[in-house]
Amino acid sequence: MSGPEELLEPAVAERVLARALAHGGEFAEVFAERRGGLTLAIDESRIESVQSGAEAGAGVRVVSDGTTYFAHVDGLDPDELERAAGEAAAALRGKRAEPQALRAKTPTPQPIEQPPGEVPAARKAELLRELDERARSAGAEIAQVGASYGEARREVAVANSTGLFSGDDRTRVRIGAQVVARREGRVETGAETLGGHRGFELFDDEPAQIAEGAARKALTLLDAGPAPTGSMPVVVGGGFGGVLFHEMTGHGLEADHVQKGASVYAGKLGESVAQPLLTAYDDGRMPGEWGSDAIDDEGAPTQQTRVIEEGRLVSFLYDRQSAERDGVASTGNGRRESFRHLPIPRMTNTYIAPGEAEPEEIIGEVGKGFYAVSFAGGQVDPATGDFVFGVNEGYLIEDGKVTRPCRGATLVGNCLQALAAIDAVGADFWMKTGICGKGGQKVPVGTGQGHVRIAAMTVGGTEA
Amino acid sequence: MSELAEQARRAVELAVAAGAGEAEAYASEAENREVRVHDGAVESLTAATQRGLGLRVWIGGRAGYGFGVDLSAEGLAGISARALEAARVADEDEFAGPAVVDDGEPMAIGDLSDPSLGEWSPGQIADLALAVEKAALAADPRVVAVEQAVYFDSAERVALAASSAPGGEYETTSCYAYLQALADGESGRETGLGFGLARGPAGLDPAAIGREGAERAAEMIGSSKPASGSCPVVLDPTVAASFVGLLGSAAGADAVQRGRSPLAERLGDEVAAEAFVLHDDGLAPAGFATAPFDAEGTPRRRTPLIEGGRLQTFLYDSYTARRGGAVSTGNAGRSGYRSLPGVSASNLVVAPGALSLEQLLREAGEGVYISDVAGLHSGVNPVTGVFSVGASGRAVRDGERAEPLREFTIASDLVSMLRAVRAAGSAPRWVPFGGSVNAPPLLIGEMTVSGS
Repeated sequence: MSGPEELLEPAVAERVLARALAHGGEFAEVFAERRGGLTLAIDESRIESVQSGAEAGAGVRVVSDGTTYFAHVDGLDPDELERAAGEAAAALRGKRAEPQALRAKTPTPQPIEQPPGEVPAARKAELLRELDERARSAGAEIAQVGASYGEARREVAVANSTGLFSGDDRTRVRIGAQVVARREGRVETGAETLGGHRGFELFDDEPAQIAEGAARKALTLLDAGPAPTGSMPVVVGGGFGGVLFHEMTGHGLEADHVQKGASVYAGKLGESVAQPLLTAYDDGRMPGEWGSDAIDDEGAPTQQTRVIEEGRLVSFLYDRQSAERDGVASTGNGRRESFRHLPIPRMTNTYIAPGEAEPEEIIGEVGKGFYAVSFAGGQVDPATGDFVFGVNEGYLIEDGKVTRPCRGATLVGNCLQALAAIDAVGADFWMKTGICGKGGQKVPVGTGQGHVRIAAMTVGGTEA
Repeated sequence: MSELAEQARRAVELAVAAGAGEAEAYASEAENREVRVHDGAVESLTAATQRGLGLRVWIGGRAGYGFGVDLSAEGLAGISARALEAARVADEDEFAGPAVVDDGEPMAIGDLSDPSLGEWSPGQIADLALAVEKAALAADPRVVAVEQAVYFDSAERVALAASSAPGGEYETTSCYAYLQALADGESGRETGLGFGLARGPAGLDPAAIGREGAERAAEMIGSSKPASGSCPVVLDPTVAASFVGLLGSAAGADAVQRGRSPLAERLGDEVAAEAFVLHDDGLAPAGFATAPFDAEGTPRRRTPLIEGGRLQTFLYDSYTARRGGAVSTGNAGRSGYRSLPGVSASNLVVAPGALSLEQLLREAGEGVYISDVAGLHSGVNPVTGVFSVGASGRAVRDGERAEPLREFTIASDLVSMLRAVRAAGSAPRWVPFGGSVNAPPLLIGEMTVSGS
């Protein structure tokens, strides 16, 4: 493994930082990155869309009096980096900080046992064929199977005018399966993914299970009736069910939203926002998880941050700039999609800690309700707290029992009310992978929880 | 020929020399600027140049793709090697291959560049973003802040070279500004999006953008849930455009041939009411997807999609055209040099009708006016077209907009919704959500609304 010096020589970084602060500014930073990856897909049992890319570049920012000046360039040529620094600094005139000598501190990246770049591409194609076959063998009603494989490596180095010099080497792999089932005029779909901040070893045991899972979902939905409509208790499944917390609480805890008054959680620090059974974390250090990194994209070590402690809101999620504004330390949540983007506060792996209830009890206590096993995704307006989630596997609960599958349900609600209405948290717990978009930037995030029940929520279905 | 076009040409030559039967290079070079302002001050100012190239190669019926940002001779050789390596992993596909385009006159289209973009200084575009914020704050006393006002512009050159087509290049400029206004009422905080797009900053109206955000935020104050039921619904142009964008994906021959479209096997069928007329127009002067040729060099054109209520055609790129025994409609799209081209709509244009928004509301009588939808990416099944999405808007009572409504869903499926279109409004608008869409407001006869 190579260190950050290999990407960005400290002497070059110091020159770039000096140039960035030549005419003014309190803070300067250079972020260098080399990224490469391979993606392929199988569709109609044929390997296709094989893509291989490599990019390198750097972004330079200068902060002066609350304004950030940012420039980025493709490639890591030292002259180009200096030119970018000059461009970022072009408009600056005024008080300037003296850049500190760089002090290297290199945290240990997440361990990768089997670098995917060293695995022959044919093996990856074979993996997709396994997924395809497994899904097709799930039943005669399976009409279409698609699966994808993706690997990406990002080596990053970051240096700033406070003397920070750090780096990370990140490898992620992910597979996904999408299945279409057909019965006469009915068409239903199922999807499943598996990914991590891991090497190819992630696929050592039974990766094709995800194809079977996707097929099972699609087949189950063939028997689905319309989703119910109205307000009712909702039980949310574990794993990707955590996207509910990610959307309805996580985004509202990102400090940029909070500081602009665009979060319903603004001013609520220390207050009770949920019942005491709820404790939740953002944790960028979870070993091997999809949203984990050794450092964030500003060089701050990632950490476990408790955001809700027994129902009380105890921390927001900070990047460098928002932390400075609140007079606190960064929580290691300054992330960016690439060297072409500015870091902003982002979640890493966000989850509701396991509770004490068994999933069967959580469901058993519901008279008439809805069981959302997994979501296709969700969206929230952090300022109003309004959210919406598309359910891709849902069932009716009647008299404490899961009865029939439902299609086309959407959950809508308001964060503060829904969070306070969580009245059961399951002891079962697992994590899932997601891609989160904010401000035009996409980053990998983990979500997790056990079964969770919301006492009342609006289910929007098609049932008249 | 520009340096970029020469690099694209060189990449094709290198790939052919290294063993590719056919090759196609797409190179782009863009200068982008972005300003974000908040509370009367510039929060960030970004200036950047990006350049990259994506190379598709074919070895027999096996296709591979490589991309990179190093366009030196050595860098291009690396991209070519990656693409060839990728092709060797792919399976044979009898329909795979580049677009075959005859030499001929390039498509005559208007100027896609606005000189004001290059002339405006960083200070001027920052002032524009600040003016957007100021307009929102001045428009309504209940608007207490603007979360962010953003201006973005891009001047891009695209060059395409291929072993099977003449290739070409073009330049285009585009810019947009938007803001998220925050309004306070007794019931809490409301948000409203305002936006505008143009070829250059001189074409943007900062006051109108700010006012739209303010109005959308302020009108939601005091909102409540509607009662569940079935009723007429009026979609504002931004919401209509979001649905039309989904329709564009459904009309793509790729989704159709793979049995993943609600429009599959419906060619020539009645899929909409007569009031709903839709074209894919790759030549519309104001459309952001307008270009002389598509992402694989086929000339862009205008294609009727839905006329007389019937589905007229699907949208094709060269692969799906070969596979479907059809002719490419110039609908190969790509989101940049990093991505493989695939079928996608260019500019989707819904024909406007005769009625003003007020008249549409009167036609609706009692119902719901939808000004925003959320969760389209998760609430719509792209294979079946069944959807249930979060919505907000206003009640329609006695033919007029009444109290604000939020936290409800609307549900239907795409074809049922199109068949229920009773009228298209007279005032269309370009909307950048879900692609590039020009849509008027639409009156839908009946839709399921789930609230309390």
